[in-house]
Amino acid sequence: MVTPLLLAQLGLTLFVFVMLLNSAALMVYFERKLAAFLQQRVGPYLVGPRGLLQPLADVVKLMFKEELRPRAADPLLFAIAPIISATAAFAAFAVVPFGAETTLFGLLREPLRLQVADVNVAMLVVFAIASMSVYGIVLAGWSSNSKYSLLGGLRSSAQMISYELSYGLALASVLLLGNSLSLTDIVNRQAGTWGGVLPRWFVFLQPIGFLIYMTAGIAETNRAPFDFPEAEQELVAGYHTEYSSMSFAMFFLAEYINMVTVSAVATDLFLGGWHGPFLPASLGWIWFLVKVAAILFVYIWIRWTLPRYRYDQLMHFGWKVLLPAAVVNLLATAAGVLYFGG
Amino acid sequence: MPALADYLVLSSILFAIGAAGVFVRRNLITILLSIEIMLNAVNLAFVAFGRALGAADGQIIVFFVMTVAAAEAAVGLAIVIALFRHRESLDPDSFTALKG
Amino acid sequence: MALFYVFGAIAVVASLLVIAQHNPVYSVLLLIASFGALSGLYVLLDAPFVAVIQIIIYAGAIMVLFLFVVMLLNAPREETEEDLARGLATLAAPRVRTVGAALAAALAVELSWALTKSGGESGSFPGGSVSSVAAIGRLLYTDYAFAFEVTSVLILVALLGAVVLARREAR
Repeated sequence: MVTPLLLAQLGLTLFVFVMLLNSAALMVYFERKLAAFLQQRVGPYLVGPRGLLQPLADVVKLMFKEELRPRAADPLLFAIAPIISATAAFAAFAVVPFGAETTLFGLLREPLRLQVADVNVAMLVVFAIASMSVYGIVLAGWSSNSKYSLLGGLRSSAQMISYELSYGLALASVLLLGNSLSLTDIVNRQAGTWGGVLPRWFVFLQPIGFLIYMTAGIAETNRAPFDFPEAEQELVAGYHTEYSSMSFAMFFLAEYINMVTVSAVATDLFLGGWHGPFLPASLGWIWFLVKVAAILFVYIWIRWTLPRYRYDQLMHFGWKVLLPAAVVNLLATAAGVLYFGG
Repeated sequence: MPALADYLVLSSILFAIGAAGVFVRRNLITILLSIEIMLNAVNLAFVAFGRALGAADGQIIVFFVMTVAAAEAAVGLAIVIALFRHRESLDPDSFTALKG
Repeated sequence: MALFYVFGAIAVVASLLVIAQHNPVYSVLLLIASFGALSGLYVLLDAPFVAVIQIIIYAGAIMVLFLFVVMLLNAPREETEEDLARGLATLAAPRVRTVGAALAAALAVELSWALTKSGGESGSFPGGSVSSVAAIGRLLYTDYAFAFEVTSVLILVALLGAVVLARREAR
C-alpha cells in the first residue's frame, strides 16, 4: 500500500545515496585544496572556477582508464572485493540520523525521521557493518596474487580489527551516558544547554572518549597517520596496487564515505547531532552538516600534518596504549554515572 | 507466519549439513567450518525456543555459545597452524603418529 | 513467511556449498553468507541484539580469523585427478562419502521428528516481543553472572593457548 510516507522514505533513501556520492566528490576537492593551502601552494585551479570541477575531471579520467586484471588473480574475488568495500561503506550510513523529525512542510501526516532505517540497536549496526568492511580489503589483498597486495591487505585488516576494540569501547562509554543503543535517542539526550551557555553535548562529559573514538575511527578508515598499509613509499599502493579504473575508484569512494560515516556518527554521539542555537528544529540538519564538515576538516588537517606511524608502532599504540585508555575511560564513565545518578 | 516447528526443522537440517561436513571432508579447516555450522544451527534452535517461551534466556545462552565458539575456533586454528608447520599438510589422515 | 523461506534457503544452500567447495577461501566466504542469512532469521525472531552480535562476532571476527589462517597457510586449492589417485583429496573415499551423507540425512530426519513431536506448545509464537537489550543485560548480570565471569576466564585461556600453540619454536 503506497502511502505518502512510504514514498517519502524511498525518496529519502535515494537522496541519502546521492548525497553520499556527492560528499565523496566534495571530499576529493576539499582534500586537495586543503592539502595545497597547508603546503603553501594553490592546488587545483584550472578546471572550473577555483578548480571546483576537479572531482568531475578525476571521475572522467578514471572512467576512461583500462580495467586491468592480473592473470593469476582470482577473477571472482578480484571483482567482488571493491564491491564489498563500497557496499559496506554505504550501508553503514543507513542507520545514521541526520536531522530531527520533519513533516516536509506539512505534506506528510506523520513525521518522517531523517534516517534511512530506524533501528533501535543502531549503534551496534554501525559497528557490525564497520567490521564487515575488513573483508573488502583482505580479499583485495589476497585475490590480487601479488606480494605487495597481500602484505598490504593483511596488515591493513590486522590494523582494522585491532582498532575495532577501542572503537567499540568508546561506543560503550557513550552507551552508558546515553542509556540507549538508538542513535536518535542519544542525540535527543543532548538537546538543551547547561546554564544557557554550554550545550549538553557528550564531548564535554567524555573528552577522552571522543579522542579515543576519533583515533580509532582514523585507524579504521586507514587514514594518516595510520595509513601504513597504503603508504605510497613503502608498499607501492598496498592492497589496491593491482586495481585500476572504476574498481580503484570504488576503493577510493569507500574510503571517503567511511570517513563521512565516522564523522557523522561522532557528531551524533558526541557533538549533539542536529541540535544547535539560533535555528528551529526542522533546520537542524544544517547544524549537522556544519559539525560533520568541521570533523572532516580536522581529518584532512591531521593527514597532511602528522608523519606516518610505522606498522609495529601502530600496532603497539593500538593494543598497549589506546585499548587500556579506552578500558579506563569506560570504567571511569561507569563510576561517574553510578555516582552522579545518570 | 513461520511456526516454531519450521525453525526447528531448519535447525536440524543445518546441523546435519555440518555433521556431514565433518564426516566427509578431509581438510582440517573445512572440518572446523562444519563445526561452526553445527554451532550456528544450535543457536538458531535456542533463539526459536526462547521466543516461543517468551523468555530472553534463549538469547543469553546464544551469547555464551558464540563466545565458546570463538574461543574454540581460535585454539583450533592455532593447533591447525602448529600441525601444518610440522607436516605441511592439512589432511587429518596424515597425522598418524599416535597410531597403535 | 516469504522472508523466512528466503533466509532459510540461503542458509541451507550456502552451508551445502561450504562443505562441497574445494577452495577453502570460497568456503569461508559462503559461510559468511550463511551467517548473514541466519542473522536475518534472528531479526525475524524478534532478537535484533543477537542478530547484530552474530554479524559482529561470527561474521566479523571469527571468520576473519579463519580467512587469515587460510591465506597464511596457502591451503591447497584445486584438487586434480592425480591428487585423488594419490589419496590427497580433500574429500574422503567414495564409500565414506556415501555413508557419511546417509548418516547425516538420517540425523536430519531424526532430529526434525524428535523436535517437532514435543507435546505442549502448539508451535506458533505468542504475540508480543520478548526482550529489549536492557532486559538481556539485566538477566546477564543477575541470573547468569557466574557464567559471564567464567566466560571471561575462558576467553583469557583461549587467548593464551592460541598464542602459545601458534608460536614458532625458539631457535
